[in-house]
Amino acid sequence: MAYVTPSSAAEAYDVIVVGSGAAGGQAAYTLTMDGARVLMLEAGRNYDPGSETPMFQTPDTAPLRGVATPDKYFGFFDATAGGGWTVPGEPYTNAAAEEGRQFKWYRARMLGGRTNHWGRIALRNGPYDFKPRSRDGLGLDWPISYEDVAPYYDKVEMLVGVYGTNDGLENTPDSPEGCLLPPPKARIGELLARQRGRTLGIPVIPVRRAVLTRPLDHKTLPARLHPGNAKAQRILAEDMQSRAACFWATSCGRGCSIRANYQSTTVHLPPALASGNLDLVVNGMAREVTVGPSGNATGVTYIDKATGREHHAKARVVVLAASACETVRLMLNSRSSQFPNGLGNSSGLLGKYIMDTVGASWGGQIPLLENLPAHNEDGAGGLHVYAPWWLYKEQRAGKLGFARGYHVEFGTGKGMPGGAPYLPDADGRTSFGPRMKEEARRYYGSQVTFTGRGEMIPNADSFCDLDPAVVDKWGVPVLRFHWKWSEHEIRQVAHMQRTFADWIEAMGGTNARRPDPDGTKAILNGGFVIHEVGGAVMGSDAARSVTNSWAQTWDVKNVFIADGAVFASNADKNPTLTIMALAWRTADRILDEMRRGNL
Amino acid sequence: MTPELPPRIDRRLAIKWMLAAGAGALLADRMALGAAAPAPAAARQGYGVDPDLVKAHKPGEYWPLTFTDAERREAAALCDMILPVEGDCPSASALGVQDFIDEWISAPYPMTAADRRPVIEGLAWLEAESRRRFGSGFADSSGAERLALCEEMARAPAEGSEPSAASSFLRRFRDLACGGFYTTPAGMRDLGYVGNVPLAHFDGPPAELVAKLGLAAEVRW
Repeated sequence: MAYVTPSSAAEAYDVIVVGSGAAGGQAAYTLTMDGARVLMLEAGRNYDPGSETPMFQTPDTAPLRGVATPDKYFGFFDATAGGGWTVPGEPYTNAAAEEGRQFKWYRARMLGGRTNHWGRIALRNGPYDFKPRSRDGLGLDWPISYEDVAPYYDKVEMLVGVYGTNDGLENTPDSPEGCLLPPPKARIGELLARQRGRTLGIPVIPVRRAVLTRPLDHKTLPARLHPGNAKAQRILAEDMQSRAACFWATSCGRGCSIRANYQSTTVHLPPALASGNLDLVVNGMAREVTVGPSGNATGVTYIDKATGREHHAKARVVVLAASACETVRLMLNSRSSQFPNGLGNSSGLLGKYIMDTVGASWGGQIPLLENLPAHNEDGAGGLHVYAPWWLYKEQRAGKLGFARGYHVEFGTGKGMPGGAPYLPDADGRTSFGPRMKEEARRYYGSQVTFTGRGEMIPNADSFCDLDPAVVDKWGVPVLRFHWKWSEHEIRQVAHMQRTFADWIEAMGGTNARRPDPDGTKAILNGGFVIHEVGGAVMGSDAARSVTNSWAQTWDVKNVFIADGAVFASNADKNPTLTIMALAWRTADRILDEMRRGNL
Repeated sequence: MTPELPPRIDRRLAIKWMLAAGAGALLADRMALGAAAPAPAAARQGYGVDPDLVKAHKPGEYWPLTFTDAERREAAALCDMILPVEGDCPSASALGVQDFIDEWISAPYPMTAADRRPVIEGLAWLEAESRRRFGSGFADSSGAERLALCEEMARAPAEGSEPSAASSFLRRFRDLACGGFYTTPAGMRDLGYVGNVPLAHFDGPPAELVAKLGLAAEVRW
């Protein structure tokens, strides 16, 4: 089995997985390595990181020196194909026109989805993050706890390879021995941020990113991940040996042709395909989960984008992993006489509680970092250190005015220039000529940018439904978003910016101005951080959630959700690692239930 | 005198544009420029959401360029006032920065289209000013004459007044030229960027630098 076309696909499968990103990749990996026969549907085109990744290209080989454009929002070399904030022929709408009330939806249309370009930041949720309502009375508790997910965090870290350290900090879990790879050395600006952050009480520790700082231990990890499964162990051991460690060059956002970081196309899909149990259809846009007379799902109807024709695939189980909002859309569009409001929507909560990450940035120039001798600061193609949320105690005491925390990522160093360098143009004169070139060298690498990534509390005003009037190019109704930040997020953003300005001063820098204390001026539109989750939240009560604690829809027992749609909260921790851990757990449950004959 | 410029486009490509855009459309565009009101580039197509990321692209591949030969020579001369040859670092024009600026002002995206009119009008103003003062166009004036003009344009506005159109033009053109120059391998080297090479291990900053900044205690986790 391997890549197939709609006409060469088998009549029926054990499982259909819709989507090939972090969730679909992990679900398909777990299922196929344990012998299940899987059909994966990917709405985008095939994508080969081996031949399509611009590993060492410099911006002068790209149109417009590679700067961000509406076609390529993260720059020309970013590994997003076929989409971005807009996908041709596949619109979405917003109910409100004003800024701050909108949701921006970033989509890729390629094998591996957004895992090809993501930041590779792989943080675990902590124990608090699964029980936020129990702690502060706001939002929703998950029906599962950190202890339920921890074994799967361990497995995912071992499988994909994550660098980082165990620091024993509050709600920032350690990993067991053997899970983590050593972190890269910090850059000079990161060291300075660490030293001066301490004066503000902010801890700076190595971040966790899914990048191989050394080759994976192919001798012991496969047996730990697949005990008693010799075939899976052999396939994985071979695959781990074909992944190279990072060679400390080129940004991870371009993807990685040597497979040194995690993307579904380089880590999940190769062994899944090698198992012989995965069939893969690209350019196959799922339109509807079909339901039989018994009320169980029978399969998925999908559109072959090449021909515009519809096809149907049958399976015992359907796993939705299309990304939170696309999964919700597919369920809302799966209407039948049994489920007139969409599949899995008997609670009326399908599409509700969409969350993104709260984001704001602040930057400054640091004289201490001027004129430093040239040295290579490319590192692991992204950040090496960060500051986890540090004010739990103050927050618990009600001193902050907002209920949930944020972590801080920062950018420093002499990275590959992507445009004009920083020039102060002192006294309003426009510098040029040899003097300007001297200034460019002096200030290069002396700027620091702090970026806050904070938790949003789910609210009744942030949700999506089907637009009553707009359809995509195949006639399928599209999503309409509704969005509103609460005071918690707006005050959190103001706190971020104030903290970052203080931090710049603590590093000896000056702020061009102090941040506006009004957080509404700085907060980004919903969706902008591309951490959207929720919309089909899991819970312990069928009347108040869409799935049970196994991400199995309450209404249709053979439909599971593997992506971020089931998140009942969106901690400041970037969601990808949790998506993968939950997808593995859900796939294990499906395998167990199939063995027991319950599916 | 400005150096010999590298070739911009080949004839085959030029013919392709003519066929794609239609000779009439190109002509109309040029005539509009002659009236000092550049046609908006917004109707043109960008490179789309799925371009080939691996191959080397050249200005003019996705949308037609704008500069006349005279404008291109003038832009190159101004680029070299901003980024002259220094030691073994080539000048901006030798690295084709004027063609990047042409590509930029010709592109269909909102942030690039906004630069189209100021750049074309700024170059027209600079050319006229040079002829008025020195009797020759900017590219054909002496180095001292070019420098005198640039120094004037670079001056800070008088206290309480807005920058003149000429000084805003120089600032924007300078930033575009720097963007084009420092994103080439030669420009990166000149700036002090030494990355983009595969390494067996990543050593972090040099120990003496860490010590000098008083950060030796920070390198252990």
